[in-house]
Amino acid sequence: MALHDLLLALPITFATLWTILLIVVEATAKRAQLTFSLTSVGFLILITMMLFPSEQGYAFGEMLRLSPYSQFANFVFALSGLLVITLSQSYLAKENIHFGEYYIIVFIATLGMMLMASAAHMVVLFIGLEIMSIALYVLAGIMRKDLRANEAAMKYFLLGAFSSGFFLYGISLIYGATGEMTLFKIGIYLQENSATSLFWIGLSLMMVGFLFKISAVPFHQWTPDVYEGSPTPSTALMSTASKAAAFTALITVVLNVSSQTENNSNWIFALSTIAVLTMVVGNIAALSQDNLKRMLAFSSIAHAGYMLVGIVAGSDAGYSAVLYYALVYSLMNIGAFGVIALIEQQRELTSASDYAGLFKEKPLLAGVMALFMLSLTGIPPFGGFIGKYKLFAAAVESGLSWLAVVGVLASAVSAYYYLRVVVFMFMREPQAENQFEGVVLNPTLVLIALLVFLLGIFPTGMLRFAGEAMKFAFNM
Amino acid sequence: MPEIGLNHFLVLSAILFSLGLFGIMTRRNAVVVLMGVELILNAANLNLVAFSKFNGTMSGVMFSMFGIILAAAEAAVALAIVLNIYARFKTVDIGEIDTMRE
Amino acid sequence: METVSFILFSFLGALVMVGSIGTVWSRNPVTSALFLVLNFFALGGIYLLLEAQFIAVVQVIVYAGAIMVLFLFTIMLLNLDDEQALKEKFDLQKGFGILLGGVLLVEVLYILGLKINLPQKSTTLTPVEIGEAKNIGRELITNFLFPFEIVSILLLLAVVGAIVLAKKNFSPNT
Repeated sequence: MALHDLLLALPITFATLWTILLIVVEATAKRAQLTFSLTSVGFLILITMMLFPSEQGYAFGEMLRLSPYSQFANFVFALSGLLVITLSQSYLAKENIHFGEYYIIVFIATLGMMLMASAAHMVVLFIGLEIMSIALYVLAGIMRKDLRANEAAMKYFLLGAFSSGFFLYGISLIYGATGEMTLFKIGIYLQENSATSLFWIGLSLMMVGFLFKISAVPFHQWTPDVYEGSPTPSTALMSTASKAAAFTALITVVLNVSSQTENNSNWIFALSTIAVLTMVVGNIAALSQDNLKRMLAFSSIAHAGYMLVGIVAGSDAGYSAVLYYALVYSLMNIGAFGVIALIEQQRELTSASDYAGLFKEKPLLAGVMALFMLSLTGIPPFGGFIGKYKLFAAAVESGLSWLAVVGVLASAVSAYYYLRVVVFMFMREPQAENQFEGVVLNPTLVLIALLVFLLGIFPTGMLRFAGEAMKFAFNM
Repeated sequence: MPEIGLNHFLVLSAILFSLGLFGIMTRRNAVVVLMGVELILNAANLNLVAFSKFNGTMSGVMFSMFGIILAAAEAAVALAIVLNIYARFKTVDIGEIDTMRE
Repeated sequence: METVSFILFSFLGALVMVGSIGTVWSRNPVTSALFLVLNFFALGGIYLLLEAQFIAVVQVIVYAGAIMVLFLFTIMLLNLDDEQALKEKFDLQKGFGILLGGVLLVEVLYILGLKINLPQKSTTLTPVEIGEAKNIGRELITNFLFPFEIVSILLLLAVVGAIVLAKKNFSPNT
């Protein structure tokens, strides 16, 4: 097995070895700047690796499943990781927590996500999920002197561990019902035998675990507090890449049990109810938030709802729309949090009204932020629009037009709170003179804005990438 | 005397799971809540081993080992977080550690 | 033989339940932790009944030996007072907790009350062999090689994470 498997699973092999290298370098050199550079190089190599077509198949005796699907997902994770660490640096320095370990942990979190997206066996899925989650708990609590960061870390941890418990219990019941742990063998078993109630309980417990991770209603209560309290760059990672990872793993699981879930009215009903609740509650709660981070937390709940629509649709079009949306959403949300991280460094400017007059002082920064807000709303010609369009189109195709209508209405509501920020930035006078004096625009933000814009104008390439990912994902 | 079958173990595990859930929902001491999580993980492990024995495959036993490893890793990070919480808040009552809600 | 195993199961099962009820019910965290130790030991016994000797030993060593020491250590470090009596704070959340726990329990018990037909796998392993350290070791370096290796990253992460979060005088070095 050995060498061939290692090469087949090259992204994961590489990320593992690189992690060890990073730890050794940090332990000996003890220079955060060096670790930062090496981590960026690691992410860059990963991204490059994902752009080239590679062999697909099972590695390590059906433990990993390397395919265009995992490739696309890994691309999203590595890109998010890279963007997050480049946006973190000045924030960390300002908060006096510029540890090299921070970058290592972000890298390990990404490795966990990659495992989730490539998992072909429950044990890899579970280990990946846990690596990601534990890394994120640490990232949430890394500002040890900060009251709210500690609170956020604790809340995140307690609910995360709770959901892992559900997840593990669900896996055990599914194993009991089918006698298999390899995902595709579970699928085969389910095609030959009817699913027992034991299986359904197991699957629903596992779903609860997933819904916690993507913060879908009614498992979302932790989200606002955790996102608000955590250091902003950490929030950027947990609101984007970790959700994308949970969604890719969710798609893997759903596809393997699809013989049971296709045209299963109970399943569709349960999932679409959750999707509707998530979209409605997320958007309505976001309306009344003044703190920008909290507002984005609720908005990220709403976005999880949009992505769930793609899962409910249950078609390849739906799944590839979820993949595409995960990419676009990661970009624009990381961008938005990046801007917040910059502004936050100027004293305690946290609410939307603090952004008044940003355009006058820092026109480029205001423009970038406006672009992210418009894209999050889903206004053409930005990436967010294409993503939402694909998701809702997939729902309509699957005969769930009402779900698409709810989604569109919910997005219309969301326009209010996103555009409010834009109005403040462009139309209002600043509250004080030279409020944004020390804010230095990070070039990464411009790059992200450019990507979001390009994904809106020339989406075909990426859409094809996402489409291919689904086409070859699971037929072997 | 009835023979001990799979169901006996599963019932025991279900009881453990429910008690863990109960502990998590009701207790306010963060450390005890963590113990509730450990109970749930134990319940899942018991399930895995029981199923493994009764359907004759190794996966369950193997998985339960990884479950135990996970519990250890989680506990280490969790208790580090709890120590920080105590240093800042002087309490580990999760009802009182609530500064953000408006 | 059956009688013996039934008696053993009842005894250990009762211990498990006492341990877990004590854990969630007792007001003093130290008592909770000690009940949890009891629970872990009894579970180890249950694993022996299931002929999973290796897991039983790991359970006792890792859970009762390592994790519980960590817990007790933390509790001692925190020097916590007793929580107030449970009755005093019977609020909505508590009621919800009992309800949810109860409903889930009843539901799971109901399902389990039905006859479970386990999928029969063609296997050459007897139940005793499944729990043997020899077979577990062989699985670990064949079929489960990848998880076995990758879980070391999880442990590495836990070490790094715990140090970042808990080490004294941990300050940035630039």
